[in-house]
Amino acid sequence: MPMKILGKDILAPNIARFVIEAPLIAKKARPGQFVVVRHSEKGERIPLTIADYDADRGTIVLICQGVGKSTREINRLGTGDVFLDIMGPLGTPCPIREGGTVVCVAGGLGAAPLYPKIKALHRAGCRVITLLGAQRAELLILKEELAAVSAEVRCSTDDGSYGQKGFVTQLLREVLQKEQVDEIIAVGPVPMMAAAVQVAEEFHVPVLVSLNALMIDGTGMCGGCRVTVGGKTKFCCVDGPTFDGSAVDFKELTKRLSFYRREEELVDHSCRIGLGRGES
Amino acid sequence: MANRQAMPKQDPQVRSGNFQEVALGFSEQQARSEAERCLNCKRPLCVEGCPVEVPIPAFIARIKAGDFPGAVEKIKEKNSLPAICGRVCPQETQCESRCVLGRKGEPVAIGALERFAADWSREHTGAKPPAIRAQRAQKVAVIGSGPAGLTAAADLALLGYQVTVFESLHAPGGVLRYGIPEFRLPKAIVDQEVAYVRSLGVEIRTSYLMGQTLTVQELFAEGFQAIFIGTGAGLPYFLNIPGENLNGVYSANEFLTRVNLMKAYLFPEYDTPVKVGEKVAVVGAGNVAMDSARTALRLGAKEVSIIYRRSREEMPARREEIENAEEEGVVFRLLTNLVEILGDETGRVRAIKCQAMELGAPDESGRRRPVPVAGSESEIPVDTVIVAIGQGPNPILLRNTPGLELNKQGYIQTDPESLATSIPGVFAGGDIVTGAATVIAAMGAGKKAAKAIDEYLQKTSSD
Ligand SMILES: Cc1cc2nc3c(=O)[nH]c(=O)nc-3n(C[C@H](O)[C@H](O)[C@H](O)COP(=O)(O)OP(=O)(O)OC[C@H]3O[C@@H](n4cnc5c(N)ncnc54)[C@H](O)[C@@H]3O)c2cc1C
Ligand SMILES: Cc1cc2nc3c(=O)[nH]c(=O)nc-3n(C[C@H](O)[C@H](O)[C@H](O)COP(=O)(O)OP(=O)(O)OC[C@H]3O[C@@H](n4cnc5c(N)ncnc54)[C@H](O)[C@@H]3O)c2cc1C
Ligand code: SF4
Ligand code: SF4
Ligand code: FES
Repeated sequence: MPMKILGKDILAPNIARFVIEAPLIAKKARPGQFVVVRHSEKGERIPLTIADYDADRGTIVLICQGVGKSTREINRLGTGDVFLDIMGPLGTPCPIREGGTVVCVAGGLGAAPLYPKIKALHRAGCRVITLLGAQRAELLILKEELAAVSAEVRCSTDDGSYGQKGFVTQLLREVLQKEQVDEIIAVGPVPMMAAAVQVAEEFHVPVLVSLNALMIDGTGMCGGCRVTVGGKTKFCCVDGPTFDGSAVDFKELTKRLSFYRREEELVDHSCRIGLGRGES
Repeated sequence: MANRQAMPKQDPQVRSGNFQEVALGFSEQQARSEAERCLNCKRPLCVEGCPVEVPIPAFIARIKAGDFPGAVEKIKEKNSLPAICGRVCPQETQCESRCVLGRKGEPVAIGALERFAADWSREHTGAKPPAIRAQRAQKVAVIGSGPAGLTAAADLALLGYQVTVFESLHAPGGVLRYGIPEFRLPKAIVDQEVAYVRSLGVEIRTSYLMGQTLTVQELFAEGFQAIFIGTGAGLPYFLNIPGENLNGVYSANEFLTRVNLMKAYLFPEYDTPVKVGEKVAVVGAGNVAMDSARTALRLGAKEVSIIYRRSREEMPARREEIENAEEEGVVFRLLTNLVEILGDETGRVRAIKCQAMELGAPDESGRRRPVPVAGSESEIPVDTVIVAIGQGPNPILLRNTPGLELNKQGYIQTDPESLATSIPGVFAGGDIVTGAATVIAAMGAGKKAAKAIDEYLQKTSSD
């Protein structure tokens, strides 16, 4: 079903936030769930996390980072435009614990999928310490939104342009050295999640991650989103995307994510230098 | 008795390089000659072989008389998707297997005639929606838009109900859309049949994953008074062998969905890619495996082989499809069992490890059980492995519908006569009840359910 964009703003270079009219999805959405969108007749089916939802207004928020052809094209849509299809909510909601201290670690765009979880944890009486990491200051997104629902927000940037210089996993280590933590949720690029899991294991704290396998249907029909968790094959779109981080085979996930890199570069190149489709 | 007319086909050399339809269909002349062969039996056994009881002699008689629009009208009394069934029904085990002519010679080419009539009317007159009887107030929801759902929806609309179909993918048709390839069933035909169902007043809402977007309980709350579930058997099975998650290992569903639904064969015009490489191994020997193998050839693979544990006789695919695949150059490695998939350091498939099998004593199914031959392991270099060993029920709707009883295999438990489930007002049919079967069986179930739903609604409204 086509869905209308009610509002759009740019959070950072290449990262756009859309408010979309999607009453049914807004009513059903839970933290950790996602949608699959199609922005054009010839476009791919792209999974995007539901970054916020408002059942009363009937809206959902999607935050999209332009990394390839489809996501760049999505980010060219504006207020008043429509998404051809948005299907959801998909996936199993993230378990929300009641009470205790939870550290939420976001790498880059990971802040978007984390936001609804942090909001829910906050509402469930948890003390949430949010750690936000990005390459540089301008890529740190949702700082204010997250601050409103976290007990504490700390930031790091790879280049030191904001907050502590270095990786966000360093911040995690520092928190764990000082605090009694009941749970960690880490969302971001695969290497960052893998590193966060390592730190969590060192301190024997349970850790949840949100995996971003390549997907087609998002409904358990193709098996393309297979991930190995605890030695077993799982379908990320149905069984996940949230999994117990210490059971995830990150090496396999990294390899599977790279499978179409050449094709992705091919289409993205022709898209960026403005060639028509199919002429490259 | 004249010989059965042969179906004209694209040359194997040519067709293995394109996605156009393989079988070209009868000419008018051929159709009339073939129709001449039919004896117009008083007690037509062929009809008993058809799960929806198409009035076969009657429609063939009209072809014989040159009344092609009349022929299709006759078929549509029982079968609302003749252009599809004429192409994909396993006629050799259904209608044609019962034709009296088959006892001594070759049966009438019923499927090809059905296809001819449907194609003729599509090309010449277009599908005319029949006049719909009294408009009824009751609303019926259909979940899934495969052949079961589309048929139930069409029949219910013809009975005057207000029907809404909810489909999870962005395009309707089920396996007809994402599974069966263009060269066997052109998507323009699926579009046409879907348009026909819409022309009856059926509303089709795509991108609704039922159980998540809306639940069965919510449908009732929204005023739907009966629900038909036709969600198919879309969950792909894997072998659970080492290496199955390497890059280059696809389920047949993923491979075919990328190509059919997402049109990856037109990449980069369409954005979704697919990779086949030079050498492809397809595991399994059913229709799905044949479709995958032949699709891989058309995408440019140099060598495509079918890997199957049993022997030729046990291959479950239709004979015609096996022959088509063979003609196009698919290699059959029979009595061969896949034990492991081997990858390179980047995580990409480089070879498969196989084991030779021999046939031992018969198993429960009566087929001789394949047993491994000791010391027969060998490695075959391949870039791509497509796993086509079967599908099961997708759990999403089922686990979100409390009170819905399932059978041991996880399919929906129904009353065999009415297709009623354990929830009052909810009916189910097609692959989600029987496990992977056929298009026509799914349509038959859709028809049966439409009738049962009508009876149910008449009863509840008069209570
Ligand atoms: C459950 C889930 C939720 C997601 N939520 C969001 C979200 O809220 N916002 C958002 O911007 N993105 C999200 N993603 C990732 C997003 O779907 C991909 O970035 C997108 O599919 C890339 O498509 P593309 O054609 O633009 O880029 P491509 O040309 O396909 O890829 C460009 C680059 O990104 C990498 N890439 C491709 N797909 C993925 C992926 N799934 N994960 C990580 N890297 C990938 C490629 O390897 C390549 O290097 C999510 C993914 C999943 C599975
Ligand atoms: C590759 C392939 C080739 C085949 N070849 C032949 C052939 O030559 N001849 C033949 O007779 N049969 C063939 N079959 C089998 C035949 O296609 C199926 O038996 C038939 O399509 C079953 O129909 P169905 O309506 O029960 O389900 P499907 O066709 O599977 O349709 C089910 C629909 O429900 C949708 N759905 C699922 N879950 C939900 C949900 N929760 N909410 C909303 N929608 C949902 C699905 O997306 C799908 O569109 C083939 C099957 C495959 C896979
Ligand atoms: S619907 Fe199928 S089985 Fe029935 S007559 Fe037509 S081709 Fe034969
Ligand atoms: S059994 Fe054969 S010959 Fe007799 S009516 Fe049917 S198709 Fe014609
Ligand atoms: S995306 Fe197809 S099964 Fe998960």
